[in-house]
Amino acid sequence: MARVEAPLVAPTEAPSRRRLDWVLVSTSSVIALLVIMAVFAPLLAPDDPNYANILATNQGPSAAHLLGTDSFGRDLLSRLIYGARLSLLGPALIIVIATLVGTALAILSAWYGGWFDRVASRVADILFAFPGLIFAMLAVAMFGPGLLAPVVALSISYTPYLMRVVRAEALRQRNLPYVAACYVEGLRVRTICTRHILRNVMPLLLVQAALSFGYALVDLAAISYLGLGVQPPTPEWGVMVSTGQSAILAGHPQESLLAGLMIVVTVVAFNLLGDRLATRQKGVVRA
Amino acid sequence: MWKVVGERAVSLVVTLLMASVGIYGALFLAPGNPATLLAGGHATPAVLAAIERSEHLNEPFFARYWHWLVAVLHGNLGQSFVYREPVTTLLAGRVGNTVFLVLYAAALIIAGGVVLGLLGALDRRAGAVITVVTSVGLGIPSFVAAIALITVFSVKLGWFPVFGTGSGWLSQLWHLTLPAVALAISWTAYTAQLTKAAVREELGREHVETARSRGISTRHVIVRHVLRNAMIPITTVSGLTVAGLIAGDVVVEQAFGINGLGSFLVQSTLQKDFASVQAVSLILVATFVVVNGLVDVWSLVLDPRLRAGRA
Amino acid sequence: MSVLEIDHLAVDLPVEGVLRRVLHDVTLPIAPGEAVGLVGESGAGKSMVSRAVIRLLPEGAAVHGDIRYAGDSVLAMGRPALRHFRTHDVAMIFQDPRAHINPVRTVGDFLVEALVERGERRESATTTVTALLASVGVSDPERRFRQFPHELSGGLLQRVMIAAALAVSPTLLLADEPTTALDVTTQSDVMVILDARRRERGLAMLFVTHDLELAAAVCDRIAVLYAGLLIEDVPTGDLRRDLRHPYTAGLLASRPDPVSPRRRLAAIPGRPLSAFEIGPGCPFAPRCPFAVARCLSERPELRDLDTGRVACHRAEELRGQLLSIATPGAASA
Repeated sequence: MARVEAPLVAPTEAPSRRRLDWVLVSTSSVIALLVIMAVFAPLLAPDDPNYANILATNQGPSAAHLLGTDSFGRDLLSRLIYGARLSLLGPALIIVIATLVGTALAILSAWYGGWFDRVASRVADILFAFPGLIFAMLAVAMFGPGLLAPVVALSISYTPYLMRVVRAEALRQRNLPYVAACYVEGLRVRTICTRHILRNVMPLLLVQAALSFGYALVDLAAISYLGLGVQPPTPEWGVMVSTGQSAILAGHPQESLLAGLMIVVTVVAFNLLGDRLATRQKGVVRA
Repeated sequence: MWKVVGERAVSLVVTLLMASVGIYGALFLAPGNPATLLAGGHATPAVLAAIERSEHLNEPFFARYWHWLVAVLHGNLGQSFVYREPVTTLLAGRVGNTVFLVLYAAALIIAGGVVLGLLGALDRRAGAVITVVTSVGLGIPSFVAAIALITVFSVKLGWFPVFGTGSGWLSQLWHLTLPAVALAISWTAYTAQLTKAAVREELGREHVETARSRGISTRHVIVRHVLRNAMIPITTVSGLTVAGLIAGDVVVEQAFGINGLGSFLVQSTLQKDFASVQAVSLILVATFVVVNGLVDVWSLVLDPRLRAGRA
Repeated sequence: MSVLEIDHLAVDLPVEGVLRRVLHDVTLPIAPGEAVGLVGESGAGKSMVSRAVIRLLPEGAAVHGDIRYAGDSVLAMGRPALRHFRTHDVAMIFQDPRAHINPVRTVGDFLVEALVERGERRESATTTVTALLASVGVSDPERRFRQFPHELSGGLLQRVMIAAALAVSPTLLLADEPTTALDVTTQSDVMVILDARRRERGLAMLFVTHDLELAAAVCDRIAVLYAGLLIEDVPTGDLRRDLRHPYTAGLLASRPDPVSPRRRLAAIPGRPLSAFEIGPGCPFAPRCPFAVARCLSERPELRDLDTGRVACHRAEELRGQLLSIATPGAASA
């Protein structure tokens, strides 16, 4: 369509490579800090997260307890820092499993098509019928509460989302002339799929993984909040929102609010990172 | 159009049947004896024998499933051996609260999301603010919103009750306002972002230029051409919102102590009342699938290009 | 008295936050009932002229000079005046009807919309438009009315667009490459209909195209735009007989000759410049075989010459020579 003579509208904020992309920098720094917090929790936490002191419950911030204490007199800052471990590990596992399985199924579906594709799409349709949280609750009813059942259930539940996105892109790639050229040159199917199609699907995968991480974290934290996941007194943000709730009425909302804030910050960071990566990719494609 | 609707309906029924097989089959995939699971853990051999008989547990899987499906289609969702009552009876008093809460939240999402999105797309300065607000809003899970709202509006300000559903229409509205807001926040942000993007996209379309060149008033251009067309992408992706509302309802009911389907599902799961878990899961999944089906038909109504059957 | 006067029009568009000139200086009067073809290559800015006339330039565009319709400045019009201008006096036919007609509303909705907008009842608007559909060669108007744009072919849809433009009984038509997006086979049908309806209603028309031949076939005058500058304005009758500008001559030479098709096509050397790229001299000078030093340093004014206007320092002395480039027979001999 050669309609426009002069550029009618400036291309929307295609971030130039030279200029510092502060959204990208700040979101990845926040995520890096959270990961460091989780990994080095024993070094960073000022206190034992499980040391209860009934003489110092629900205290406000002080020199001894920078963020105060919870209703058992445990140091909140330490619990938040230790809480990062399970709160991040769970969604990370979900995303890794769902991405690996989803991508493998998607590329196989796109390459072989036929009955394999039809069966995979049908199963995906059925899984789409279950909101992730409901699926996870069904798993808890079957296998009992804890981290394992919800993580496995949510991994299964997230797989079709990743599969659908990757399948569409893999299918597009599969029909590009370069793949035919590889085929004609006698490259093995496995080589074409892993070295070429997978490579080209990678950027899209990264975006989807970042965006899904936020949703997975929310789902898993909700499961803990409902008492169906990690059990107290294990420090985990979802659990902390729940155990802190009883103190809110007594005027001590800090445990719930701080744990909730950690969840919000993490989810917002991953969402913004995913969005920004997506716009950057669009910018690259346009250029 | 009716041919396409028919095709969608068939595929919807197939999906529902497959999902129901999954929900029913969960009983047999779970570790342990199905009769013990249904009894909720501890039970005498006599009770287990009675359950095996009443639930046809000795028959082949698909015969059992058939009995169950026929019963479900007749409105019998099975027996809760934990509460010793039919599940239907247990649900009867709770459905109303859930429906009220979800519809209330849906109304907030549609109104808030579309208004914010439209404002964000039409006004540059409001757009920047709305982008920031919705990015944060999108990251607030319903249970975090719930405790924040309780802290501020119930405990600090005392404007709204902390728990319960109230009796009478107005009292219910008052009791369910905070829960509905908690449930709506992230999805309102999501809808606002979608609407903003869709409206921006439509504003730049050539046919909008045509309408302006013909002297159509701005209001008519926005309503008849921009919003009308932007509704198509907004509708197409609203399935995710519906799923989010159903899942979020479970969490919010628990957070505010609302006696509805969601809190019942949580309690049943905690008490290992398998029959009730199956029944509520089935209802929620069926609702989701059917609402998504309706959304599909609605997009056919909105977009004549889809009616021809070309995707 | 002209129905439309474009007076030293210049346009800057924002590109990446910086205003960039896309139109330098266009002065073009159109008399009532007169068809003027505005011809130029892609990037010459010809669509900007028609868009400026109906005030459809993108947000942030800076417009200099003036555009007057029946003596009133279009650029100075307030909202109500602009709406009246758009709903009563002028109508635009766009290039791609598939993109320029809302795909989710019926063809009937599109046709009557402008009439209903200015207060007419829907029934009477429907009657008006149905009669018009027949006159632009659309059969079975009642059925077409209920159909959606995707159910019609491109040619039919462009006839619908023409009917919609005629429906408001304008005095001025703006046609922006109205046949470029159509199949070659339907292009001439649509053009014939547009030309016939325009003539019988005595409408003035600004016909924007890259196709000099087509413009010459339907227009009374040809205005040639190059890199945002109007470089020639000549009555169609004189176009081939009396060449005055080397660029126009080049355009005429670079068309295929239906009589001796095996002749190699003459091409203008170099690439067309965008409006913001041109130097201080004549914009065509870098590609012009007749350019002298003065052409590179001093921009030629658009001045009257016989029946038309031309912007070339050497127009008078080249008049005789140019004819030989542009005539295929002469060039191959």
